[in-house]
Formats: sequence, C-alpha cells, structure tokens
Amino acid sequence: MSSTPDTPLLEMREITKSFPGVRALDGVSFDLHAGELHALVGENGAGKSTLMKVLAGVYPFGSYGGDVLIDGQVRHFASVRDSEHAGVAVIFQELSLIKELSIGENIFLGREPRRFGVIRWEELYSRAQKLLDELHLPLDPRTPVGHLGIGQQQMVEIAKALSQEARILVLDEPTAALTDAEVESLFRIIEGLRSRGVGMIYISHKLDEVFTVSQRITVLRDGRTVGTKPTGELDEARVISLMVGREVGDIFPEAAHERGEVVFEARNFTVEDPNVPGKLLVKDVSFNVRRGEVLGVAGLMGAGRSELLMGIFGAWPGRVSGDVYVGGVKVKVSRPSDAIRHGVGFVTEDRKRFGLVLDQTILNNMTLAGLRKLSGRFITSVDAEAAKGEQAKKDLRVKANSVFTVVGTLSGGNQQKVVLAKWLLTNPRVLFLDEPTRGIDVGAKQEIYALINRLAKEGLAIVLVSSELPEVLGLSDRVLVLHEGRVTGEFKRTEATPEAVMACATGHTQRAA
Amino acid sequence: MSNQLSSNQPATNRPPATADVSPPGAVPEGVESPAGGRFRLPTESLRAYTMIIALIAIWLFFQWKTVNPLYPYGIFLHPNNFSNLLQQMSVTGVLAVGMLMVIVAGQIDLSVGSVVGLAGGVAAMSQDPYGLAGALGLALVVGTLVGAAQGALISYANIPAFIVTLGGLLAWRGVILGLSKGATIPVRLQFFRDLGVEKLPQPVGVTIAAVAIAAVIFLTISRARARKRHGLSVPGLGSTVLRIVVPAALIALFIFWMNMGGGMPVPVLVLLVVAVLGGFLTQNTTFGRYLYAIGGNPDAARLSGINIRRYILAAYCVLGLLVGVASLLHTGRVGSASPDAGTLMELDAIAACVIGGTSLMGGRGTVSGAVVGALIMASLDNGMSLLNVENYTQYIVKGAVLVAAVGFDMLGRRKS
Repeated sequence: MSSTPDTPLLEMREITKSFPGVRALDGVSFDLHAGELHALVGENGAGKSTLMKVLAGVYPFGSYGGDVLIDGQVRHFASVRDSEHAGVAVIFQELSLIKELSIGENIFLGREPRRFGVIRWEELYSRAQKLLDELHLPLDPRTPVGHLGIGQQQMVEIAKALSQEARILVLDEPTAALTDAEVESLFRIIEGLRSRGVGMIYISHKLDEVFTVSQRITVLRDGRTVGTKPTGELDEARVISLMVGREVGDIFPEAAHERGEVVFEARNFTVEDPNVPGKLLVKDVSFNVRRGEVLGVAGLMGAGRSELLMGIFGAWPGRVSGDVYVGGVKVKVSRPSDAIRHGVGFVTEDRKRFGLVLDQTILNNMTLAGLRKLSGRFITSVDAEAAKGEQAKKDLRVKANSVFTVVGTLSGGNQQKVVLAKWLLTNPRVLFLDEPTRGIDVGAKQEIYALINRLAKEGLAIVLVSSELPEVLGLSDRVLVLHEGRVTGEFKRTEATPEAVMACATGHTQRAA
Repeated sequence: MSNQLSSNQPATNRPPATADVSPPGAVPEGVESPAGGRFRLPTESLRAYTMIIALIAIWLFFQWKTVNPLYPYGIFLHPNNFSNLLQQMSVTGVLAVGMLMVIVAGQIDLSVGSVVGLAGGVAAMSQDPYGLAGALGLALVVGTLVGAAQGALISYANIPAFIVTLGGLLAWRGVILGLSKGATIPVRLQFFRDLGVEKLPQPVGVTIAAVAIAAVIFLTISRARARKRHGLSVPGLGSTVLRIVVPAALIALFIFWMNMGGGMPVPVLVLLVVAVLGGFLTQNTTFGRYLYAIGGNPDAARLSGINIRRYILAAYCVLGLLVGVASLLHTGRVGSASPDAGTLMELDAIAACVIGGTSLMGGRGTVSGAVVGALIMASLDNGMSLLNVENYTQYIVKGAVLVAAVGFDMLGRRKS
C-alpha cells in the first residue's frame, strides 16, 4: 500500500483493549491527517488516555486488538521507542523533564550528539537554540529547566518532540497549568506546527479551547466513538451532550442560599514566597464569609489564590501574617491542626499530591483529618469509623465496592468525593475548596456542584477557588477577584459578569485607576 | 455483552481466601456496581500468604534434610530445636517491630546495632552500682534517649534519617568502646541472664495459653457486638466460631510444642508481647494510623492536621525503647556485654521488615509481616547451621533471599 495524498497520516482501526474486569476500548477508530489538529474529548474513563497509550506503544502490540497504521502501513509498536521512531511524540499532563538538567540536555536526553562517546556540547546547544528559535521562545538552552515556569517547560517538551522529528504530536491537557498568555503562545506554536504538516491530537476538558484550535472533534464515551465531526458542525452544548450521553440542562442550579451571620473572617493576610525572601505572593488580603454563603475567589494563575488559602490554613511553608476570626473570635492558626480544631476544612488542589494517601483505603482517607473525633483519641475503632465512612460514601455517592477499596484505584471524581468526605467528617463551619473539579469528568462535576449548593443550604460557609470562571460565577453568592496577590474587585452574584470579573483579574481596574 | 461478562469474571470471582485476611470488617456492605470496572488484587493479603507458604516450605525442606537414624522425623521442627530457633530470632524480632514503625513512616534507622551494644554495655556496667532494676531500667532509658535524640535531629533539624543514623552507627559504637575501655563485661545477675535464656515452667506456659485463648474469645465476641451497635453487618455464627477455634488451636499447639521442648523461652515471650503490643499500636491507634499516612503521603498527612514531626519523633522513641529491650535479651543470652555486641543487627532488622513486605518508601508494612520476616531469616540461619552449611554460603543464601523476596513483590505489584 503506497501513501497517496488521501492516505491519512495516522489511522487507528477498531482498537479494542481490555483490562481485568473492564473493556477500556471497544472498537474505536480514529484518524489524523497531516497538518490537522484533531481534538479528542470525553469524560474521564472514556478511553482517551488508553487510546493514546496504544498509539505510543505503552501498551505493546499484541496487548490490544485492531490496527495502528501510519502512512497507510500497519505498525507493530513493541515499546515507546518504536513509536518514537515512527514519529509519534506524546506530551503527557505530567511533564517528563528533569529539572536539574538544562533545556538543551533535556531536549537531547538519550540522543546527545557525540563523537567516540563524548558529548559534543557545542553542537547540542546550537541545535537546541535553533529549535527554540523556531518556536519563538526567547530562552537560553543552557538554562536549567527547573528555573522555567510550567508553561515554558511545556514548550521545551514540544521542542523535544520536534527534535525527534515527530509528525504525530499528542497533547494531553496541555493548557491545564498555563496562564492565558501562555495558552495564546501555545496556540501560535500549534498553528506553526500545522503549517509544517505536523498532525496533532489534542486532549482537553476545556471545550472553548477545543473549538478554538481544532479542525475535527472526536467524542469518546465508555470506550466507544460516539462521533467524529468537523469542528464547524458542532457546538459546545452538542459536544457535552455527546460526552455524557444526555442533554445537559443548566449545569449550575440556581442557588438561593440563606445567608446568616459572618462565621469566618480573614484580615490583612500577607504571604511570602518561601524561596524568594521579600517576594509577596499575597498582599494584605481581607475577606469574610457568612453562614450558608458561597464566596468565589477568581483570579488567573499566579494571582495568589491557593497561597492565600494555604496561608490562612497554617500550611504555607513561607512567612505569613494576618488574623483569623471564627465566629467573631480571634483565633491563632499556626498549623493545620489549629485550623481544623476551629472548624476550618480545606479541600486542597491536586488531590493526588495534597489530598489523598493513594495506597490506603477509602475509609482511612475519609477519616484521616477527623480521626480523633470519629474513632477515639488514641485507640481507634474500625467499626465506629466504618459506620461513619459507609454513611459518607452513601451521602456523596462514591462509586466503589466498599469503603475498604484502595483510593488509588478510583476515578478522579470519586477520589475528589473522598477528599470532600474527609473534610465534611471533621464537621467544619467553613470549607475551603481549591479547584474542586479539576481533572474530573462532567458528570462528577455536576454532582460536586449540587453538593456545594446543598452544603451551603445546610449552613456551611464555603470559599471556592476555581480557574474556571463559569464555575465561580455559577456557584458563588459573592465573588472576590485577586490579581497579583491583591484584591482588585468584589462582586455580588448579580453584578458578576464574566467581562467585569476578567477585567479585574487581569488588573485592568488597577491600571485604569 | 457476553464478552464483557466473561471479562468481568476474574474480578468478581476472587479466591475466597482473600476475604479472611483483608482488613477486619472488609465484608462489602451492600455491594454496588463495580467502580468503573477497575480492580486491583488485594496484593497485601496475597503477599502475606506467599510469605507464610515460603516459610512453611523452608521448614519442610530443613525437616526433610535433617532426617537421620536418631531422628527419623527430622531435627529441625523438633521441640528442642524449634524453641532454640525462636529464641535466636527474638532479638531480631523485637528490633524489627520497632524498625517497622520507623520504616512505615518513611524513615530508617541504621544505628540500632550500635545502640544494642551501647545499651547492653551500660546495663552490664551498672549491675554493681545500681542493682537489677537500675541495670534493666538504664538500658531502656539509654535506648529511648538515643532514639529521641536521633528522632529530634531527623524531624526538627531536617537532617535525613539515613545520615543521622549512619552517624549514630559510628558514634554510639565509639561511645560504648570508650565507656567499657574495650573490655567485655560479664552478666552476673541471674535474672538478667534468665531474660535471654531461661525457659518458663510448663504450668506458666499453659496459663499464658489459657489467658490468650480467653482474650481471643472475648475480643471476637465484643467485636461482633460493636459491629452490631454501629449498624454494620455481623459475621455469621460459623465464621465467628472459626475465628475463635483456629487461633485457639494454634495457640494451644504452640504452647504444647514449647512445653515439649522444656517450656517457652523467656525471650520468646518478650517477643510475643512486643509483637502483640506493636501490632495493636500500628493497627488500632491514631499513632499507628498517622504513621502510615505520613509514610504514604506526608503532604496529605500534614494538611490533614497531623503533626508530622511529633509522630516521627515518637516512632523513634518507640524504636529506641525496643532497642533497649533487645539489648537486654541479647546481653542476657550471650552472658556478657562486649563492645562489639549487636554489630550488623540493624541490617537483620531491616531485612526482616523488607522480607515481611514492608516498603522502604514508607506507608506499607505490618508488624506480623516483620515478625514472619525475622522468622524466615532465623529459620535459614538455624537450618543451614544444622546442615553444616559453610558460613560463606549462609551469607550468600540470606542475601539472595532478601533480594528475591523484594523481587517477587515487585513482580506481583507490576501485574496488579
């Protein structure tokens, strides 16, 4: 079979892949043309990552059914190395760069230009410089990668892929950690790659981005393709309904919270960068939240939202100053246990890193923060815990066989529910939620939205930090906007339009003043 | 659809045995639909089984190899030798229980061998001036203080445990060499000596067995009551009886066997007490639960309000106390305290933990595993000595077993 202009760059035919107890892919077909960006969307667990792992040779030939064709020829990848040779490069969510090594060393890691086994540094760095120039990155290839921001690191990953002459580039949630400016420069680079004939597969939960950059969209659901269409023939509502298999109505149920007295107040919080003395990440921020109220905190990456919450909670490694009032009484919070004792709960971002002990059971995770109250001051009782854990599991609809299931085996949405349960079991008066729906699928998101509303109705005060503006606007009674560590705006629910909030978040009001 | 069903089979049809060793109360209450279909074999229980099967295989092998005209059924498991074997493992076993807690919290202690020498030496030297209570008490105090000092440097001064305790390995050995001026000090007090070698009179053994069986019955029944009170499913009568009869039979058999060999050795009793307390501490207290959380994910533990430094310090103190206990058993058994006593014991203790399924990365491991690990090591030692295997071969075999045990573990983990 020879390659003709009509032959797709990549074709995956009837791919099936089973794991013990589950069929992750069930006859998925997918193709990609040179110079095309084909978006792959679907809920978590729909099979996107599995499909990409088949393509990348993570699951070797023979462990899946169906064919992978590149330039019309069936390929049998036994390893990631094989797929790289065939021009496939995957940039996963978790970056695979070595922070201590320089940009150039990372780009050519394992493929350093050498003579008699001795690395030719001049050639390595000049080639690296060339790649960076092609991507219009104003970086010195000798800079250690650890000095770069996440966004720039991602660009280095792309440069690395290009150095391998990748023709098929898989981008898995590439913008998850990027600022808006970085997203824009990523999109410019994507355009450049397209014009060079690189085919790209773009996996993202952010539909607006998908619609901006893609030419075609394929939706996966439960390991099957539910549709492949040119982007122009779809809209967001249609894609969402394909993803969840039902029409989604208003995903943010109108919140009518009864607001009571102020239960929590933070005054004059300033948070310093632990690594750069003198650099303030949060500057003199004050806010309060009432019983039954959802206070949204909006802001761009680096606005200091998580740092503010960490600082209040007593969990920030650097210097923090500011006062905390709970129920009108000033309390001293110097470590998380103080905050928990005073009724503050904190669902941190990045649940795998900060929220869960992945090796342990649902029950052990649920009771970790409130163990002394739930089980006993020193001697614990599995049965007392299990009773409460079962109740919480039912309440939050955690999908698992039992509370003794290991948390690491759950899906993202269910893991997040376990983290929520952990904090609800401490019986908090105010709950901080930092990016509570990041990386979880649409269905689980909705459940968490409904839960937030229910908790507020029951009288809990909630502080919600989210990078997704619609989420903040849809759930909050009041919105606080941060920009570079300062409060630049505060809106009531009715006044909070996306435009107004975004203007504050980008610091426009400051500059105008 | 039929295809999907068949692929689901292996997940739901797990070996029935696993339910018995999965955490207490693991009977799934009101089973819902399988979570996303993802499923992982209960590796830890599987691992516990492989370990016990390996142990029994080792025992049978040595039993078969030691058959001779005088002992037509073999020497190895004969009560005399078996009680000897248990006595030999008791020092390593006590150390392993303490080491386990430190390793579970993601730390390590390389100094325990030197501290066994130090605490044992101090105890021997203080026999004359302070008497029995002073000697025994000082060993425990020295062990605990050393543990506290090292633990404080690790958790509050942020010096890596490996470095602090490697320094301790050298420094404490130096301290005992200096204190004893290089001399070996004999143990004169009879009770001190008895701690390491004496066998309990048979009626005492029987009494202990009776108490232990009563405890098993009481705990099983009160557990069932507690489950009922909390509205959880109560195990049926059959399984309750089984849960009493099996351990009771094992206890009775054990004491019978020990009494056949002249009675249970005191150090074995000490080890059993330490193991039961250690098991309780790790599984049934907030202290133990926090250690697992700290080792599993320190960030999550800290943000859940756990004072990580304090618990790591506490774990080192518990280990230190147990090092003191082990030093008494060891010194009593040898009959004297030499300045190089305890050399390399830290490695035996760590090896016992690792063979018993403890992860050096922290967060995984059980006291029972560590004790079985120590038992496997002692069985290899004892059995090879019976067979007159050359010293150098013994080292090679033990080293290979350690690496192979972890190798199998990794293999099993990758599959799941």
